[in-house]
Amino acid sequence: MAMIETQRVGAAAERRAPWWIPAVKARETGLIVIIITLFTVMSFISPYFLTLDNLRAMAMAFAVESIVVVGMTILLISGGIDLSVGSVTALAMVVAGWLFLNGVDPWVAAALAIAVTACIGMFMGLLTTVVGLHHFIVSLGVMVIARGVCLLATGGRPLGLYSLPPEFKFIGQGAVYGIPLVLIIFAVVVISFDLLLRRTTAFRKVFYTGSNPKAAAYSGIRVRRVVFATTTLCSALCGIAGVIYMARFGSAQPSFGIGMELNVIAAAVIGGASLSGGTGTILGAILGAVLLSVVSSSLALLNVSVYWQDIIRGSILLTAVLFDHYLVKRRR
Amino acid sequence: MILAVPRCRRDRGGDDVGRGMAGVVLSVTDVHKSFGPVQALRGAELELRRGEIHALAGENGAGKSTLMHIIDGILQPDRGEIRLDGVPVRIPSPNAANRLGIGFVHQEISLCPEISVAENMFMAETGASRTWFMDYRSLAVRAERILREIGDIDPRRLAGDLSISQQQIVEIAKALTLDCRILILDEPTAALTEAEAQTLFRIMRRLADRGIAIIYISHRMAEIFEHCDRVTVMRDGCHIRTADIAAITPEEVVNSMVGRVLDKLYPPKQAPDARSDEVILSVRGLSEGRRVSNVSFDLRKGEILGLAGLIGAGRSEIVRAICRLEGKVSGEVFLRGRKLALRDYRDSIREGLVYVSEDRKGDGLFLNMSISSNVSALDVRRVSNRFGFISRHQELGRAEQFGSRLKLKFNRLDDPVNTLSGGNQQKVALARMLSVDPQVVFLDEPTRGVDVGAKAEIHRQIRDLANEGVGIVVISSELPELIGVSDRVLVVREGRIAGEVSGEDMTEERIMQLASIDSLAPRGAA
Repeated sequence: MAMIETQRVGAAAERRAPWWIPAVKARETGLIVIIITLFTVMSFISPYFLTLDNLRAMAMAFAVESIVVVGMTILLISGGIDLSVGSVTALAMVVAGWLFLNGVDPWVAAALAIAVTACIGMFMGLLTTVVGLHHFIVSLGVMVIARGVCLLATGGRPLGLYSLPPEFKFIGQGAVYGIPLVLIIFAVVVISFDLLLRRTTAFRKVFYTGSNPKAAAYSGIRVRRVVFATTTLCSALCGIAGVIYMARFGSAQPSFGIGMELNVIAAAVIGGASLSGGTGTILGAILGAVLLSVVSSSLALLNVSVYWQDIIRGSILLTAVLFDHYLVKRRR
Repeated sequence: MILAVPRCRRDRGGDDVGRGMAGVVLSVTDVHKSFGPVQALRGAELELRRGEIHALAGENGAGKSTLMHIIDGILQPDRGEIRLDGVPVRIPSPNAANRLGIGFVHQEISLCPEISVAENMFMAETGASRTWFMDYRSLAVRAERILREIGDIDPRRLAGDLSISQQQIVEIAKALTLDCRILILDEPTAALTEAEAQTLFRIMRRLADRGIAIIYISHRMAEIFEHCDRVTVMRDGCHIRTADIAAITPEEVVNSMVGRVLDKLYPPKQAPDARSDEVILSVRGLSEGRRVSNVSFDLRKGEILGLAGLIGAGRSEIVRAICRLEGKVSGEVFLRGRKLALRDYRDSIREGLVYVSEDRKGDGLFLNMSISSNVSALDVRRVSNRFGFISRHQELGRAEQFGSRLKLKFNRLDDPVNTLSGGNQQKVALARMLSVDPQVVFLDEPTRGVDVGAKAEIHRQIRDLANEGVGIVVISSELPELIGVSDRVLVVREGRIAGEVSGEDMTEERIMQLASIDSLAPRGAA
């Protein structure tokens, strides 16, 4: 009886804990510590590192990609994976650019491009849920096809979109009170999806589905619908990212985003997502993306060869996964 | 009938002095095996003669599989002796068993569907081979030589293209490539049709005539009595008796199988005068594929209804069909007299029909997720506001409410479920069921893998729930538990209700007879 009593006290104390406590789990804290350490060390090594310009450049470098990281993380949590994110992002740029060059209003063109990517997501969702093919293979096929379409439509050359109206370019290039709009969009997307994922019933179903699809089905969750939705969402977010990139670059680049999928998956996994589904947070994944971006930027400032950068990034990924593996193993 | 069997009775049916010990290929004496606190075998015995088909019978969990796994080297005995041809042996691995001439055909078919029959048959040999290249021609020739004797199968065909019964035969052929003298067949007819089973028995007899000793595990009395030479009955990990088939009746075999020790007290049952006529759930003509056919029953208020039957009889399939958890289901389900139009399990939950799975780890719980999110999984909307935002406060509150009702022992409600013991995991599954205010619950093996204390607590909770007016259907393979908990038991055999027992009639003998004796007993009063 005494034991039950103390346990109940424990539970009551927990209920009084502020809502953000579970948000800052060990992994996120660890990543933040590592990132801050890196910052501190780098600011001593390179005087240029902690300047506003460099910080802004770093932020811009991963802000848009982070929208894709959000989609990928949600998809990974539901138990899927998408290798086509880079190509689909590029396709969104190309579709929007091509439509604009053919006289379509840029806003309408952007909306249509996002719709196209959402349709691609639905197509992949159908193949994986209704037909039952594996996400890996389906998205591999789509990755190659989407890239092919990009190159075919543009002849392999970037589409210069010099006549884009300034209001449209503002999405990618403008700033509000000195803060780049891209960063504001990034913050809104990340914070809202982080909140949705933690707090809403709809996204809770994503966790249930990825954690144990059979148990989810036995809890009355329509597992296939959930996976279909996360697959579609991931591609649609790629579309949004593609449109923002187009506004930022003022052009549509058919070869953009090659290898992006690996970066994005790495960020999500470093941040706690698992390829077997059921775990992961947006905050963690974004911290993973920040870490990768800070490391790249640091290495560039230190004049380390790009080839070394790849080796180091890969090693970070493997370290994170190994770390995870042993933590999980110990818990069992 | 003997009620308490604290130690094993030794009643070896080897009193037929005439044949002597000469023909004995395998003898197992006094084998013990424990898994943690669970004693799976306590003095198991088996004597196998050359050229006989020896049936091994026993209830679910009597220790048959454990004994076979020891003979096949998958498990090691804690103590006891195994003699092959009178020589004591140690069998450290399945490979060693193969070298000693012991072949095991498992219940599940384990062929590689994408490769040929011949390659499947010689897989073990190929794995151990030291040559670099495959000699397909010799494989095919040797495979054909074996297959010619037992069935007409082309060794060049892909295993996946064969029917289930042909695959079963290939499994046997695979064991024969090892030149085995002892062949263990674990319920080989479970997936076969009548005609296919007959073919299999002809093959078994032919092999036995060649001098191979066959251990045949089956629940089906008709098969045992038609095709086997001797039978050994096990119960609670003990050897109960061995007898010539001619010298024993099916009823005697069944009576030896049952009679397990009742070691627990169960909560008091419904008083006979308190019995209500109010029907909560009634099922009419429920069918699903080949596994459930024309099942009808009523569940009354305050009653706990047990579903008994052998493994594979279709008990789980019946309750899953009621909840629309699988397949194409026909038939009608009435809740308090109102006909339900259920399309899927979501509708079923909404109406208050909830299923608690027998396989906690496989399809019951979200093991890496927190206790609280496991509890709310059936209907997350109950702990969220109308905009679909989950209230952490409410979610933890509900988890705590139902957790403490079930005396769930936990550290923090945020801990993942896989940090809990089996009993507490089961309580999480039950708390989830309670959290949606169910009308009728279907508990599939609610105490499997649960320690004694938690078991008693779960039994008490089930009874409390019934007293609150919730309709309860319990499935359990442990007959004493089922009899101890239920007010009435339906016996399921081959997807049908084979009979109903209640009150004085509710004995293990009666239930086992209904569950296992096919044509030898009159059909029950369904």
